[in-house]
Amino acid sequence: MSARDFAPDDLQPETFAFSDETMTAARTHIAKYPPGRQQSAVIPLLDLAQRQHGGWLPKAAIVYVAELLEIPDIRAFEVATFYTMFNLAPVGRHFVQVCRTTPCWLRGSDDLTHACQKHLGVGLGETTDDGEFTVIEVECLGACVNAPMVQINDDFYEDLSAEKMVELLDALKAGREVKMGSQDPRRQTSAPATGPTTLVATGEV
Amino acid sequence: MPTLTIDGQEITVEPGTTLLQACEEAGSEIPRFCYHERLSIAGNCRMCLVEMEKSPKPVASCAMPAADGMVIHTNTESVKKAREGVMEFLLINHPLDCPICDQGGECDLQDQAMAYGRDSSRFAENKRAVEGKDFGPLIKTFMTRCIHCTRCVRFMEEVAGAPDLGGLYRGEDMEIATVLEKGLDSELSGNIIDLCPVGALTSQPYAFNARSWELRFTESVDVLDAAGSNIRVDARGRQVMRVLPRLNEDVNEEWLGDKSRFAYDGLLRQRLDRPYLRDANGKLQPASWEQAFAAIADRAKGMDGRRFGAIAGDLVDCESMTALKDLTDALGSPHIDCRQDGAKLNASQRASYLFNTTIAGIEDADTCLLIGTNPRWEAPVINQRIRKRWLMGGFAIGVIGEQRELTYRADYLGAGPATLAEIADGQHAFGNVLEAAERPMLILGMGALAREDGDAVLGAASKIAERYGFIGDDWNGFNVLHTAAARVGGLDLGLVPGDGGLDTAGMVAAAGRGELDMLYLLGADEIDMSALGQCFVIYQGHHGDAGAHRADVILPGAAYTEKSATYVNTEGRAQRGRLAVFPPGDAREDWTIVRALSAVLGHALPYDTLDAVRARMTSLSPHMIERNQIARAAWELIEGQGRLDGPAFATPIANYYMTDPISRASETMADCTASFVSRPEALTGTDA
Amino acid sequence: MLSDKDRIFTNLYGFEGPDLASAKARGDWDGTRFLLARGRDKIIEEMKNSGLRGRGGAGFPTGLKWSFMPKESDGRPSYLVVNADESEPGTCKDRDMMRHEPHKLIEGCLVAGYAMNAIAAYIYVRGEFYHEAMAVQRAIDEAYEANLIGKNACGSGYDFDVYLHRGAGAYICGEETALLESLEGKKGQPRLKPPFPANAGLYGCPTTVNNVETIAVGPTILRRGASWFASIGRENNTGTKVFCISGHVEHPCNVEEAMSIPLRELIDRHAGGVRGGWDNLLAVIPGGSSVPCLPKQICDNQLMDFDALRDAQSGLGTAAVIVMDKSTDIVAAISRLSHFYKHESCGQCTPCREGTGWMWRVMERLIDGRAEIEEIDLLEQVSRQVEGHTICALGDAAAWPVQGLIRHFRPELERRILERKKQAA
Repeated sequence: MSARDFAPDDLQPETFAFSDETMTAARTHIAKYPPGRQQSAVIPLLDLAQRQHGGWLPKAAIVYVAELLEIPDIRAFEVATFYTMFNLAPVGRHFVQVCRTTPCWLRGSDDLTHACQKHLGVGLGETTDDGEFTVIEVECLGACVNAPMVQINDDFYEDLSAEKMVELLDALKAGREVKMGSQDPRRQTSAPATGPTTLVATGEV
Repeated sequence: MPTLTIDGQEITVEPGTTLLQACEEAGSEIPRFCYHERLSIAGNCRMCLVEMEKSPKPVASCAMPAADGMVIHTNTESVKKAREGVMEFLLINHPLDCPICDQGGECDLQDQAMAYGRDSSRFAENKRAVEGKDFGPLIKTFMTRCIHCTRCVRFMEEVAGAPDLGGLYRGEDMEIATVLEKGLDSELSGNIIDLCPVGALTSQPYAFNARSWELRFTESVDVLDAAGSNIRVDARGRQVMRVLPRLNEDVNEEWLGDKSRFAYDGLLRQRLDRPYLRDANGKLQPASWEQAFAAIADRAKGMDGRRFGAIAGDLVDCESMTALKDLTDALGSPHIDCRQDGAKLNASQRASYLFNTTIAGIEDADTCLLIGTNPRWEAPVINQRIRKRWLMGGFAIGVIGEQRELTYRADYLGAGPATLAEIADGQHAFGNVLEAAERPMLILGMGALAREDGDAVLGAASKIAERYGFIGDDWNGFNVLHTAAARVGGLDLGLVPGDGGLDTAGMVAAAGRGELDMLYLLGADEIDMSALGQCFVIYQGHHGDAGAHRADVILPGAAYTEKSATYVNTEGRAQRGRLAVFPPGDAREDWTIVRALSAVLGHALPYDTLDAVRARMTSLSPHMIERNQIARAAWELIEGQGRLDGPAFATPIANYYMTDPISRASETMADCTASFVSRPEALTGTDA
Repeated sequence: MLSDKDRIFTNLYGFEGPDLASAKARGDWDGTRFLLARGRDKIIEEMKNSGLRGRGGAGFPTGLKWSFMPKESDGRPSYLVVNADESEPGTCKDRDMMRHEPHKLIEGCLVAGYAMNAIAAYIYVRGEFYHEAMAVQRAIDEAYEANLIGKNACGSGYDFDVYLHRGAGAYICGEETALLESLEGKKGQPRLKPPFPANAGLYGCPTTVNNVETIAVGPTILRRGASWFASIGRENNTGTKVFCISGHVEHPCNVEEAMSIPLRELIDRHAGGVRGGWDNLLAVIPGGSSVPCLPKQICDNQLMDFDALRDAQSGLGTAAVIVMDKSTDIVAAISRLSHFYKHESCGQCTPCREGTGWMWRVMERLIDGRAEIEEIDLLEQVSRQVEGHTICALGDAAAWPVQGLIRHFRPELERRILERKKQAA
């Protein structure tokens, strides 16, 4: 998957630095860990860097975080390449991650992948020409009783079908407001679609 | 002390012993790839699995502490199956390219596969291919062969203190790599070649040059710094094909600096393989030994012995220095010196010029003061020991001199003599640290001694040693770190000016003024050759370096790999180098040249055999009898001479990779210089 | 069936708010100070008596685990680390607790932290659960604001901090020592054991790592008593459990039920039954992707608890029930899991790094029979060479689904191979 390989040199910025706002957030993270253990903040800070840089981590950002935390560059690079949420190359504004693992697959995740590819005209790991969408398949995202589902940026969209997937993509592209979570109007989060079989008398406990 | 049963045999081991070590002690050999006794335990290869009763799974013996009552089996069917399973996994993605792999013949994987491998592969899928990496000019990578043992990663982080290597990505995609296309900028990087259990990391300069079974191994000693690293010289025919470290726990353990390992190609280049004579036109012309000796004899005829001087260089052996000293004495000259750099070393008190703590003794120290030295470049294996001690914790390090990137945290105290004086006078805060220390040590480098006020520096350092309890019944924390392999031997043999004699600078000046008629440079290349005026210069050595270019007569000698010879390292440890290949052409072992010349000059030295010259040598310096031993030198306060008022201490080595005629002739070292020293960021240096 | 009054997670589905006021209305933070006042030994004793076994998959007795923590500090602080890296395929229960019942988790941290004399808890949430992490962070902020945690937590005189830490995409960080590595800012590569975390865990300090559910049920157990909890389920398999029912059921859902509930009852009662009826069932993976699947004939009478599933050569794991009906390409379904483990292997140790990829590649060929019959045995052997030979349990987890497939569906594998050979001929 392209986002897991380093972007070519011509896309790599020379330098990177946190904005004041990001730096404030970074300091909050660093303060969570005991003195001398600031390396603990490497994942949170790489995440902040990725958010600041439009969804991917240039090499300069990884070096920047390493220097900020006073750890060798290579240790930060190890972390950035180990964890799959770090994108090492640019991704679209909407980063569509289709869960492909068995619980979702049993309920049609392949249909979602195909729908995304067909509707957007991209292959897996590719970004649409307008930079709006990147589609990849990922392993279990942990919403298995609401399968099949996708994650787009920070948000889960669940109980999808190919049709609903296309609607969702169109809505996102058009900038329309979309609802996170289950796309089955009958469902309240992880409860059965026909309504809960338990906790019908909540409050009596 | 835990007592356990290994393969039916009861054994008691030290607390903290791992099962793997206990098994070895019990005589049960355990295969391993990732485990290395000098690195942290990774436990990742899983080759060392053994069966432990009451454990449902086999356990990795490298990582399991031996405990009382354990019952271990290392030779059961299940252990064998486990190892065969691991071996199969290691091989499925390992290319079967042994015929073109430089590791072939000395490959752990190949060897273990003989014991645990299957006769054919059951793996029907495509093999993994991994792109090679650029680790710089010394290390060739073939990462498809990597079995991910992470020894190299651990070595660079833990021993070398240069955490440049890591494992990127994960799972079967994990790759050992550097980042930002940086080569491995460490003077100990070559050791990862030895550590790599497969052919993923091999020697770039040695690539495809030889097979290990074609080589002749000779145990010897390195001379490219003063640590006296133990080496093995591997040769084929008349050529040194590679140099490897040899285990000596007291000196280099099993490590070797990159210069010492890789400069050997310099042994083939710019060699002096026959005598030369400068002709009437000032051109050096090939000559026979007879012609060369005749020219010297001719020039020496009627010469007042006091108009003769001799300087011994940095790589020369004790046998030839013995002969040179005797010849100089025989000629009636007091002008002799082994200190090309003018270091103010006092030959009359041995403890004042030795690394008294010893290299291994560093591990017992609790505080260290570095004065005018960058051990990283002056003696990488000693620097490694300092880092090793530092990693154990509770080791304060102070630095006076240049601020260099060291491989341990150090307090930077100041640039030069003023700071030294403050500490000596009890006026510096670091004095409190020294005061509190139980086993403090200091290391005095040539950057602090090879200077005008070197005497005063030596005195001040001596004063610090006395003041802060560096000297005790079983402890001597006063250390001089030499950069020249010949230096301690030279001082031991008394190659310093006699009564009224001139030292190196004095001889150079006298030559320039026409007050010396003849100057004998025994491998001495580091003096200002342009200052020698009209003096008749004899250069004896192995390389066409500075000395040879200035010489009137060149007598071709043998490099350290080409003779059986004695060297005394910075600790005062006498060690013997051995002949691995013969000197090229007409070149001869050095002491024999001096001996032959002495006869021509009418002062035939009284020894004709190596044994005889060594008898003479040990009569001058008795501790040279005991090889690989250190005689503790008696301590007395060194009175400093002159004022302590020089400039800041400057590091004596500008470029680690090129310090002597051999490394300067090495293309490999030139490549390293270009990669690691000449880069702008490397020149600026960074703070500690 | 468990009655509602015995359910711990009364806001499992988020019909109510996750906020502090709503949580308090549900009974959270009620007299927490008095729970703590019982003292460390009493709390641990109560947990032991409840029979609670870890809800993260391994089922280790929780009270016993807590008791491994040092009673007196040797100068090093102790830590509680909450494993909220919920990533086991099929499993999405902790997610509900974090987004809908975060205060149960925070209160549980305080109680557990107190019992083990920890100075702080770190809650390690999988990175993809962004909104869930935010919900936990809001609850932490609320709890600090209300002096429930922090200095003199709940007026108990005990100082206790709770921090949220987000991961960044690595299943292996659900392994407790990999989680600690990750929390220290490194790659999530499991550590060699010994030493165990209770001796040297986070930052080399005594540490207990517990699953979200394990921690979140603690306060309720203490309030209602060990005997109440122990009265639910079977001996050695006590209490309530949140099950996740996914796959080919009519209405996939999470549900809190009694431990030891029959599998069929669980599916029929809460998930609307197997798609197409019980007889349309092919197999069930009863405890998250790591445990071997069970064919229908075993499922018919299977109880859902640790011991019953162990006896069926499977496991309760995370109690994530993945249902597959007869339309399922079972080989492809398991191959997807093999791909998952290949993708999630940290790469540290040989059998897992090399074996997971090998197994997946053979599995892919077996989907359409591109293999020899002997390769089924080869695959089995490879899985055995991985199992039990790795640093952590991911090797086992990768091996078991494959072993379950071969154990129960070997004729299907052979059929595909022979069919393909016939077509080729």
